[in-house]
Amino acid sequence: MLAFILRRIAQSVVVLLTVGLIAFALFRLVGDPINQIVSLDTPQEQRLKIRAELGLDDPVIVQFGRYLARAAHFDFGISYQFRQPVSTLIGERMPATLELSLVAALFSLVVGIPMGVYTALRRGSALSSAFMALSLAGVSLPTFLIAILLRYVFSVQLGWLPSFGRGAVVQLGFWSTGLLTPSGLKAIILPSITLGLFQMTLIMRLVRAEMLEVLRTDYIKFARARGLSDRAIHFGHALKNTLVPVITIAGLQLGSLIAFALITEYVFQWPGMGALFLGAVQNVDIPIMAAYLMLIAFIFVMVNLVVDILYAVVDPRLRAHFQTA
Amino acid sequence: MTPEPATTPTAAARASAWARLRDSDILASFLASKVTMVSAFVTVVMLAGAAFAPWIAPTNPFDPASVDLLNSLLPPRWVEGGDPQFLLGTDNQGRDLWSAILYGMRVSLIVGVCGVAIAATLGISLGLLAGYLGGRLDAFIMRVADIQLTFPAILIALVIDGVVRALFKGVAREHTAFGVLVVSIGLSFWVQYARTIRGSTLVEKNKDYVQAARLIGIPAPLIMLRHVLPNVIGPVLVILTINLALAIITEATLSFLGVGLPPTQPSLGTLIRIGNDFLFSGEWWIVAFPGITLAAFVLAVNMVGDWLRDALNPKLR
Repeated sequence: MLAFILRRIAQSVVVLLTVGLIAFALFRLVGDPINQIVSLDTPQEQRLKIRAELGLDDPVIVQFGRYLARAAHFDFGISYQFRQPVSTLIGERMPATLELSLVAALFSLVVGIPMGVYTALRRGSALSSAFMALSLAGVSLPTFLIAILLRYVFSVQLGWLPSFGRGAVVQLGFWSTGLLTPSGLKAIILPSITLGLFQMTLIMRLVRAEMLEVLRTDYIKFARARGLSDRAIHFGHALKNTLVPVITIAGLQLGSLIAFALITEYVFQWPGMGALFLGAVQNVDIPIMAAYLMLIAFIFVMVNLVVDILYAVVDPRLRAHFQTA
Repeated sequence: MTPEPATTPTAAARASAWARLRDSDILASFLASKVTMVSAFVTVVMLAGAAFAPWIAPTNPFDPASVDLLNSLLPPRWVEGGDPQFLLGTDNQGRDLWSAILYGMRVSLIVGVCGVAIAATLGISLGLLAGYLGGRLDAFIMRVADIQLTFPAILIALVIDGVVRALFKGVAREHTAFGVLVVSIGLSFWVQYARTIRGSTLVEKNKDYVQAARLIGIPAPLIMLRHVLPNVIGPVLVILTINLALAIITEATLSFLGVGLPPTQPSLGTLIRIGNDFLFSGEWWIVAFPGITLAAFVLAVNMVGDWLRDALNPKLR
């Protein structure tokens, strides 16, 4: 068991180092960052001074080592574009992205599970067909089209909800939250629906498939024979047994949600990390690109690691398998 | 001699292939599913529209001479204030939207097809090598695939896009945008092919015919291409269809985010990006028609892909 966990942790470290190397390679690959900062008529000695300040004169391996050491201290350098520390820039925007992703995940669970149960229990009803059609649209339509559609209907035509921004935010220490003000709550509705729709359809289809499977098993038949109410059977026995895979998928998808948030953030001008990253790609602001990459990699690796370990803890069969392997 | 003996076998082969198709389950399941037939019809119509855009479209939106700024932001023909010359209205530069959509479809499709072609070639080659040769190479390729699979394709495409942009900073975007998009899509979708092909190659390489080919001294590259490849390529067909839809979505998303194709050579995504700026001033048609086109195409291709997956899966028959 311990060996398994250690091996998984070692693998995760290798992945993170690889991403770190890629992030660092971005710096070396991509021309002279000085040209990004200064104007054409900046004198040569000033350019050299900035070069030395940013540490671009040292050998490659020294720069890589220094890069990793600094990254471990959340120091990702200074943004070429904003001339501010990248960690500050990302730190300011991280609460917005995390709030959006969590609300989206919550939305997908709260709406997706009942829809999945309903379509499994009432197969062939008109509402079920409507849900299935909706889920097909949710799976195949690009996020940005859904965002535009929602914005057009609820902001432009009906004028119910704000079309951009985060509303008023409250500062709780280092964390700025929009969930405590009415305008902030209103502002998060459309972006979180946009972001969560894909995952909602995924969860709905998963719950439906699992429910259909479970409802055929013997213990459900036995429960019926015992004369339990439909409600007790469906929710007490069947649904409970479908939830393990559902929660796994929802957990694994959390990383994707954070990454996919960048499209939603762009459309709704949500002041999050994704929008920052997108601006960095457009303006070739390498420090921000590299830091965002490493952060996302870290989140993905952590999520995968925790899920793997939890699996091994929960399922004794897997544990035995790892011990013999 | 008359040419008949030469042509008869091929004609017979063709007839029997046709007969096989007619008698097969695949055609029957196709005809049984109305949704699939409609989707296939929509796909074919749109492919044709894109392919014959220069002959169907009333104007060429790439040609600045055909565009008049005085015609900008005209609504569709049937709306009050519309010009009968422009079926679906015009965009902010006075381009005919109907023509722009036809040409945009063409651009989106070309980028999608080229991207998927690169991804498939790369993935199939690496999958074959990894599966057939095994060992260190296999471990390395699959590890890279695992790492890449943990990140969403759109993120990888964005990063590649950013890097390539930075490398070719001096060159005008008009010249690099297309290549950058194709490469980003190609590099972000290869994993699925590699994994599928590797899995089937591992099974095939232990079969007798491969062992026999090896015993009579056929070199490994030839065995991989001539003997293994034809037997493992089947499942790739389904991935190709579904990936084409994904590639087109990726292209549209990147263009929409402003890191894809520039407004001078608009794809559907670029048109939607332009239209999004005019959503609030009431010019809904600039975003609506390209958006509907993209949605319809993606849905139709996905439906056909879904059907193909079920129809080709022997377990479901």
